[in-house]
Amino acid sequence: MNIDLLIKMVNEISAFFAVETDQDQAVRSVAHHLKRYWEPRMRVQIIAYYEQRQGAGLVELAKRAVAQLAAESKATGTQTAGVSPKPDSAR
Amino acid sequence: MFAIDYEDLGTPEAVPSGAAVTLEIDGQPVTVPEGTSVMRAAALAGVKVPKLCATDTLKAFGSCRLCLVEIEGRKGYPASCTTTVAPGMKIRTQSEKLMQLRRGMIDLYVSDHPLECATCPADGHCELQDMAAVVGVTESSYARGAMHRPAAKDESNPYFAFDPTLCIVCSRCVRACDEVQGTFALTIQGRGFESKVAASQDQPFLESECVSCGACVEACPTAALIEKSIIGLGAPERAATTTCAYCGVGCSFKAELRGEGADTEVVRMAPDRAGHANHGHACVKGRFAWGYATHADRVLKPMVRKNIRDEWREVSWEEAIGYGASEIRRIQAKYGRDSVGGITSSRCTNEETFLVQKLVRAAFGTNNVDTCARVCHSPTGYGLKNTLGESAGTQAFDSVMKADVIMIIGANPTDGHPVFASQLKRRLREGAKLIIADPREIALVRTAHIEADVHLQLKPGTNVALLNALAHVVVTEGLTKEAYVAERCEPESFAKWQAFVAEERNSPEASEAITGVAAERVRRAARLYATAGNSAIYYGLGVTEHSQGTTAVMGIANLAMSTGNLGREGVGVNPLRGQNNVQGSCDMGSFPHEFSAYRHVSDPVVRKSFEDAWGVQLQSEPGLRIPNMFEAALDGTFKGMYVQGEDFVQSDPNTHHVSAAMASLECVIVQDLFLNEVAKFAHVFLPGSSFLEKDGTFTNAERRTSLVRKLIEPLAGYQDWQITCMLSEALGYPMHYDHASEIMQEIARLTPTFAGMTFEKIGRLGSIQWPCNDAAPEGTPTMHVGQFVRGKGKFWPTEYVPTSERSTSRFPLILTTGRILTQYNVGAQTRRTNNVVWHTEDLLEIHPHDAEERGISDGDWVGLTSRAGETVLRAKVSEKIAPGVVYTTFHFPETNANVVTTENSDWATNCPEYKVTAVEVVLVNQKDAWQKRAQAERALPRPARRRKPDRAPA
Repeated sequence: MNIDLLIKMVNEISAFFAVETDQDQAVRSVAHHLKRYWEPRMRVQIIAYYEQRQGAGLVELAKRAVAQLAAESKATGTQTAGVSPKPDSAR
Repeated sequence: MFAIDYEDLGTPEAVPSGAAVTLEIDGQPVTVPEGTSVMRAAALAGVKVPKLCATDTLKAFGSCRLCLVEIEGRKGYPASCTTTVAPGMKIRTQSEKLMQLRRGMIDLYVSDHPLECATCPADGHCELQDMAAVVGVTESSYARGAMHRPAAKDESNPYFAFDPTLCIVCSRCVRACDEVQGTFALTIQGRGFESKVAASQDQPFLESECVSCGACVEACPTAALIEKSIIGLGAPERAATTTCAYCGVGCSFKAELRGEGADTEVVRMAPDRAGHANHGHACVKGRFAWGYATHADRVLKPMVRKNIRDEWREVSWEEAIGYGASEIRRIQAKYGRDSVGGITSSRCTNEETFLVQKLVRAAFGTNNVDTCARVCHSPTGYGLKNTLGESAGTQAFDSVMKADVIMIIGANPTDGHPVFASQLKRRLREGAKLIIADPREIALVRTAHIEADVHLQLKPGTNVALLNALAHVVVTEGLTKEAYVAERCEPESFAKWQAFVAEERNSPEASEAITGVAAERVRRAARLYATAGNSAIYYGLGVTEHSQGTTAVMGIANLAMSTGNLGREGVGVNPLRGQNNVQGSCDMGSFPHEFSAYRHVSDPVVRKSFEDAWGVQLQSEPGLRIPNMFEAALDGTFKGMYVQGEDFVQSDPNTHHVSAAMASLECVIVQDLFLNEVAKFAHVFLPGSSFLEKDGTFTNAERRTSLVRKLIEPLAGYQDWQITCMLSEALGYPMHYDHASEIMQEIARLTPTFAGMTFEKIGRLGSIQWPCNDAAPEGTPTMHVGQFVRGKGKFWPTEYVPTSERSTSRFPLILTTGRILTQYNVGAQTRRTNNVVWHTEDLLEIHPHDAEERGISDGDWVGLTSRAGETVLRAKVSEKIAPGVVYTTFHFPETNANVVTTENSDWATNCPEYKVTAVEVVLVNQKDAWQKRAQAERALPRPARRRKPDRAPA
C-alpha cells in the first residue's frame, strides 16, 4: 500500500493520543489502535518501513508505537509476511 | 385522502394528565382521559359524529359545523371537536334538530361542489360524499348560483393535483402544512365566497414554498388535493404496512395496492399514523418518490463479461452466480485468501447485510467486509462506543418533545431528515431554544415561526475547536453537573478532561481565530446548553466527515456527560443517520473488525459463538476497510469484490483514485437495481430487488427496527438475501433460509442486543428499539438510564488538530458538501423519479463576494478544482454560505463532486473528509474532459428490461 498514506494515518492516530499526559500509555494506545483496526498487511508494511527507514516521517509517538508492534511481532513470530494463506485453510 | 384502512378519531389525543373523565354519550357510559374532546370520546366509544374539518392529526378547528351535539343542561349546539369532556356530561349526537342542522350544512357545501361522484378519483373515499350520505343529501336544494367550478386546476406539482372546484375550504390542508409539516406554505386567501386555498403568494404549487411533503393531500377530505397516481391508476384496494427505503428516520408507511399476484401495483404510499418514527407524516421522497422501483432502467437479467471493456452478456442466474463464484475462488487460489472482500449497503435490510458479512467471513474466509457507513457515521460508532459504551444514538425521536434546548451540529434536518425536522420544528414552536453550529445558514437558522437563538457559523473543519470552547465555558464557569459526573463517570478521565478543556488555549476567546465564531456567541451557547434543564444534541455528517470526525463525536459525548444530559427523555446525543439502515448495517457486523453488536473479531468467546453457529473457522484479525481495499487493489494484493447495493464510485472521495483501484480488480460482482457507477467496473451483474419486493427489517437512527414487507414479486425473480445465498452455495458454503424471518432468528441467537427480536414481535408491536432482550423484551427507547452501557462514562481529551487540507494561494476556497431535500445520496433512486423537477443538477453555492472576485454570476458554468481533480457545474450565488466557503451536493454523476474531494480521512475510522476540500473556482465555458467522457459512456446502448409500461408516476 501507499506507505506515505500509512505514515500519515499513524501520525494522525498519534496526534489524538498525544494529549495523554502519560506518554507510555499514549504509546500503548496507538499500538492498540493499530492492532484493533488495521488489517495485518498494513501493520506488516508499517513495521517493515519502520525497520528499514528508522521510522522517517513518523512522529515520535508513532515511532514508539510501531516499535512496540515490531517487538511484539518478533516475540510472537506473527504476521511477518504479506501473503495470506489459500482459502482452504479458513474452512 | 386518509390511508384507506384508517379510522380517524377526529381530534388528537389529549395531553396526558393522569385523570380520567366519565360521561355519557347517547346513553352509553364512556371513560376517557381528561382533556379529550367530545368528538374523540364518542369515536372511542364507537359513535361516529359527522365531521369535515376535523381530523385527529390536527388541532380542533370548529368550522364545518357538522359535528354539533346536544349537551344536557347547556344551551345551543356546541361543536363536539372543540368541546372537551366533563364529568357526568350527557351528550346526544343524534336528534331530529341535529340532523336538520347537519343537512343544512351539507346542502350548502354541495351547492358549490360537483356531484359527479362516480367519475371522481376519490369516489368511495370522499368524506363529503360520506357525510352527504349520512344526512341523506343527494343534491343541493339551492338554486345554482355562482360557483367555483370554472377555477383552473393546478397540476404543476408532479405528484398531486389541486382542483379548486372540489375544495370545500375546510382549511385542513392549510393546518396540515402549519401543524404537521411546519412550512406554512398554504393559506386561505380572500373572504367569504372569495375564500380559496393559495400556495405562498398565490403561486402554482411547484413554484411556491411547498416542500411536497403531501400532508395537505392526505388531509384533504375531498379530491381537491389528490395524488396523481390515484387519478392515473384508480383507488387502491388494500393496504400493507412497510418501511421507507430513504433516510435514517425510517418512516412507517401504508403501501396501498391494486391488483393481485404479478399484477400487483403500488398506487400510493400513505404514512402510517401509528408509525413510531413518523406518526403519520412523510416527505416528498418517502411518500412520492418510489417510482424508481419500476423504472425502465432496472436491469432484470443477470449479466457477465470477461473484461470491463466488453459488452454485457445476458445469462442465466446459474451462469452468472457460477461464474462469479469461480472467479472469487480462482483469485483466492492465485493471490491468497485475503485478496477478496465484500461491501454491504445501508440501503439493504438487516438480514441482507448480515448475510453478506456472513458470506465474506464464512465463505470467502476473510474479514474484508465493510459497509458504506464507513463513509458517513463510522466515527459515531467509534466515538460513542469509547465514551458511553454503545455505538448508537441515545434517544427516541419523540424525546425531542421534552427538550428545552436543542443543539444541531453539522446537520441539516429539513433537507436530510425532513420528517424528524417537522417534529423538531413543532417543539421549537412550543418554545424550545435552538443552537445551530454549521458553516452554512441552514433553513432552521431562520424559517417560518422559528429563529435560532444562536448560530455558530464556524469555519469548516473546526468542530473540535468549537466543542472544546463550549466545554471550556462549562468547566470554567462552574456549569458541570458535579453530582451526575461523580456518580456516573470515571473520575480520572473526568479530571484529565476537565484540566484539558480549562486550559486557556481552549477558551472561546483563544478559539475565535480558529473557528471564526465570536467568543461571546460561544459563551452564550454554552450557558444555554448547560443550564436549560433538558438539552439535546443532534448531529450529522458535518461532524463525522472530517479528519477529526471521531474526536468531535467524543467531544459531543463529553459535553453531554459533563452537563448531565444523558440517560433520560429530552436530552441525549443523537446522530442523524443518512441512509435508512446505517444503524442496522453497522449493528449487523458489517465492519471488518467486528461481529454483530460491535464485538471485536479478536474476542475468542464471541468468535467461537459464530464458528459454532456457522461451522467454520473464522479469522481473528481485522479485515480491510473500504479505502484500504482501494489501496490494496492498487498495490496488487486485492483482486475481487462482491458489492451489494452500494455505489461508492460516485459516493466515495477522490473518484479518479477509486476508479483506478476498481479497474485493477479481476472480478467485481455487483448486485443492484441499476447499472450504477460501480457497475462500470463490474464483471458480474446480479439484478437486485427494491424495498417493495422483499421481506426484512431496517433499523433507523433511533435504533428502531421495523419490518419491510414484500408487496410485489421481485421483478428479477429473487430477493437480495436469496441471491447472496445462491452465491454462497456456489462457493461451497450453503446457507439455507426459507424466509427472511429465519435470518432474523439467527441474528437474534448471535446478537445480544437483538436477542428478543422476531418478525412476529416487531409486527405485533409495530417496531422495536434495541437493545431488545430479556431485560427489555419490548425494547429500549432511552439508553444509559441509571448508568452508561460501559459502566462509568469515559471522558476523552479532544485536542484540536487542524486538517492538513488547508486553503492556499492555489486553492483559496474551502469546499464543503451535503444533500438536498428532493434528492437522496448518489441519486440512483431519486434521479429516476419526478423529483428531478426540483433539482436537476448539482449546483455550486458561492458567496457573492467570492463570485464577484471571479466574475461569476448566478447560473454560470464554473470549474471546481482541487488537488484531486476538477469538475464543472453551475454556480448559485448565495449568502447562505460564508465568504471563503463553497458548497455543493453529490447527487448527480454528471458533475460528481467526489472527483474533487480528497483521500483525507478521519484518524480513527478512515471516514472521508468530505466536508473540507481546498478548491479554486473559475468561470468556464465547457464541461471538463472527464465529464465529456462520462457523458459519452452513458450515451452508449446497454441492456435493460422493464416489466411493463410505467403507469405510476416516474
